[in-house]
Amino acid sequence: MRTDRLAPALAALALLALPIVSLAGEGESYPSAGNDIRNHASLQRGARNFMNYCSGCHSAKYVRYNRIAKDLGIPEAVLKTNLMFTSEKTYETIKIAMTPDDAKRWFGTVPPDLSLIARARGTDYLYAFLHSFYADPSKPTGVNNTVLPGTAMPHVLAELQGVQTATFTTEKHNDGTVETKLEKFELTQKGTLSPEKYDEFVRDTVNFLEYIGEPIEAQRRDLGVWVMLFLLVFTAFAYLLYKEYWRDVH
Amino acid sequence: MGTDSHGTTQGGGLWGWITARFPIESMLKEHLTEYWTPKNFNTWYAFGVLSGVVLMIQLVTGIFLTMNYKPSSAEAFGSVEYIMRDVDWGWLIRYLHSTGASAFFVVVYLHMFRALMYGSYRSPRELVWIFGMLIYLCLMAEAFMGYLLPWGNMSYWGAQVIVSLFGTFPVIGDALVEWIRGDFYISDITLNRFFALHVAALPLVLVFLAIAHILALHNVGSLNPDGIEIHDEEDERGIPKDGIAFHPYFTVKDTFVLGVFLLIFCGIVFFAPTFNGLFLEAPNFEPANMMQTPPHIAPVWYFTPFYAMLRAVPSFLGTQVWGVLVMFAAIVLLFFLPWLDQSPVKSVRYKGWITKFALATFAVTMVVLGVCGMKPAVGIYPTLARVFTVLYFAFFVLMPWYSRIDRVKPVPRRVTYHAH
Amino acid sequence: MSQEVDQGRRQLLVLATSLTGAVGVGFAATPFLASWKPSARAKALGAPIEIDIGKLEPGAMLKVEWRGKPVWVVRRTPEMLKQLDQATPFLLDPNSQASVQPDYAKNEARARRPEYFVVLGVCTHLGCSPLPKFEPADVTVAADWPGGFYCPCHGSKFDLSGRVFKGVPAPANLAVPPYAFLSDTRIVVGSDSAQSA
Repeated sequence: MRTDRLAPALAALALLALPIVSLAGEGESYPSAGNDIRNHASLQRGARNFMNYCSGCHSAKYVRYNRIAKDLGIPEAVLKTNLMFTSEKTYETIKIAMTPDDAKRWFGTVPPDLSLIARARGTDYLYAFLHSFYADPSKPTGVNNTVLPGTAMPHVLAELQGVQTATFTTEKHNDGTVETKLEKFELTQKGTLSPEKYDEFVRDTVNFLEYIGEPIEAQRRDLGVWVMLFLLVFTAFAYLLYKEYWRDVH
Repeated sequence: MGTDSHGTTQGGGLWGWITARFPIESMLKEHLTEYWTPKNFNTWYAFGVLSGVVLMIQLVTGIFLTMNYKPSSAEAFGSVEYIMRDVDWGWLIRYLHSTGASAFFVVVYLHMFRALMYGSYRSPRELVWIFGMLIYLCLMAEAFMGYLLPWGNMSYWGAQVIVSLFGTFPVIGDALVEWIRGDFYISDITLNRFFALHVAALPLVLVFLAIAHILALHNVGSLNPDGIEIHDEEDERGIPKDGIAFHPYFTVKDTFVLGVFLLIFCGIVFFAPTFNGLFLEAPNFEPANMMQTPPHIAPVWYFTPFYAMLRAVPSFLGTQVWGVLVMFAAIVLLFFLPWLDQSPVKSVRYKGWITKFALATFAVTMVVLGVCGMKPAVGIYPTLARVFTVLYFAFFVLMPWYSRIDRVKPVPRRVTYHAH
Repeated sequence: MSQEVDQGRRQLLVLATSLTGAVGVGFAATPFLASWKPSARAKALGAPIEIDIGKLEPGAMLKVEWRGKPVWVVRRTPEMLKQLDQATPFLLDPNSQASVQPDYAKNEARARRPEYFVVLGVCTHLGCSPLPKFEPADVTVAADWPGGFYCPCHGSKFDLSGRVFKGVPAPANLAVPPYAFLSDTRIVVGSDSAQSA
């Protein structure tokens, strides 16, 4: 028996590798945000949402306005009227007026820049985060968040979603530790958007955040298809050439 | 034309002018057209060439990254995003380099495993093995330093952990760490020197070592899956009966191999560059934050087996240095492989069940340790890591014994070859 | 060898593989070469700039930087504009045939509106920045000096429309960048259109 056969060995390795790859995506899992970065309409709504609700406190300092316009198919004039509220130029990046010192004084922490948040935390995390604010009178902002407990971020979208209350269950484990788990949310105060509309709002927003994390993603995948096709042709020729010469070898 | 002062016949024209002044023709003969390569090379033998290919990919993409990267703690992270967003095609150059780093280790590990299977490290190829081990050491240093450069949060904390390991050495530890860092903490100063080493010093060393590795090999000739020295059976012209010219037979085969490799490599670059956080780790998309450690620090996957060994060893006599020593020993032990293997036979094909089992266990050990190194040290993982660290060392430490007692099969004089 | 070597097939396959490979190398080289083009940041930093000319006095000059070069705006008086005819006999290229300027600056005044002269303050010889010498009959510059610019590095002379004199090292008139009037008091330099960024 030839123990050094490559194909089954590498196949076994590959099979081993697949679950290992999933090990890399560590930590909590969140329900899928279900967004599509190729959906330009959704991204445009998300861009509007971001500028209207997020960009007051969160910069996106690696994202240029004119890049958003180009990638999302927004004419520059429309971009300037609807998405740019200051005297910034379209070639500039999304900056905020609040200084880090002011932020620390008002919130206790500096709101993170959101250019890469979707790559750092995951789109599904962000989707869950924006759905998980609940009323908590013990907090200075009056809210807390089950995805990021103790967050200093106010529920900026409260006017849209409304206000939820959370019910928790406590579970005692064998080793003596007590785990508090979320049982359910309940919308106790309606917002201007229905739950379905709010869900779409959040999805569009995290879709936009995913896009700004890597603006080139769609083009990268499209180009990849052509690259693979080319390489298949090249490899096919190379294979035929190899086989042709190795007919000499006995 | 005629002959020159060295007695070599001259060709005409430009080629003749060059060959009269530079040994290009003899080099081409010695290393390509008359380098007699065993005809029974199998796919395991592709990974040497592929290592060279990946080295070139890293050199070229690395140079182009350096054109736009800023090696300062204030600008590094931003400069990587500048490359990803503002520089035309910068994103592709970056992904080629990050995927290339992991590809380098995949290819090198498979290349080393082939050596383990077929006894490529055995006499007279010990020096090929030693140069290879030196390449492996430099590669690890190169990857470690390269990983600090994006100045992400994992870059920072990963470097912090690994550099602190040197602090466990008695007496000199703290001074050593301060000397490596050039500062009291991993700072802009550390970043700049790692940049210089990663971009200039180590690539030079790697290229020289790679050339030495190949020269050492070509000096004695390649081994093969049967572990037979093909030069023992030569025809009347002195050409090994089982040897065929590297060019054109292996140049065309390697061209095909290159195609297959590029298909996989580009598949990853274009469709899964982060490889689910294995090649580009999520915490590294946040800038280095000296006040906030990522929830889970792990080195990049190619270091995790050794990291698992490091963590497996508990603290003794109030110091953690034993884990560091075990980790170093694991790598140093590899250097001695040519002398640990005392089997009368070179290739696993003609060895007995003990060796086959040991090799398979070794492969599994590396994978299991790798997984352990990725996980937090809770649950079954610490125990698993300890058991498999012992197995890792057993593979080498017991080898002088089991390689001698293992049954061997008679080795044929000619290679086993099936027409392609 | 038991079979005949089909050299034709071999050559064909070598050719096919090599050609595909060469095309592949070309494809692979393109991103690297293209990465040298000005990046989005370079384009942003080199974007057109707006200049406020509302406070510019007649006969005065203001300087701003654009793309690393000095841009001058001179508010020419009617007397200065009359001097342009006086300069013509001394000029190498009075009709700006061989120099760099947008079409709307291919006239005697080398400007959209003669009152405001917008020009790159870079000598066309070796790149020094010439000095303004607007006073006509300034004999420290030359006899019959009509007013204009004088480059101290190698002595090149230009008139009040930046047109180069004969017999000086500089080979061409000063370059006029693209520009447009956003209003009577604001101009944008670096763009032909009045649409500001």
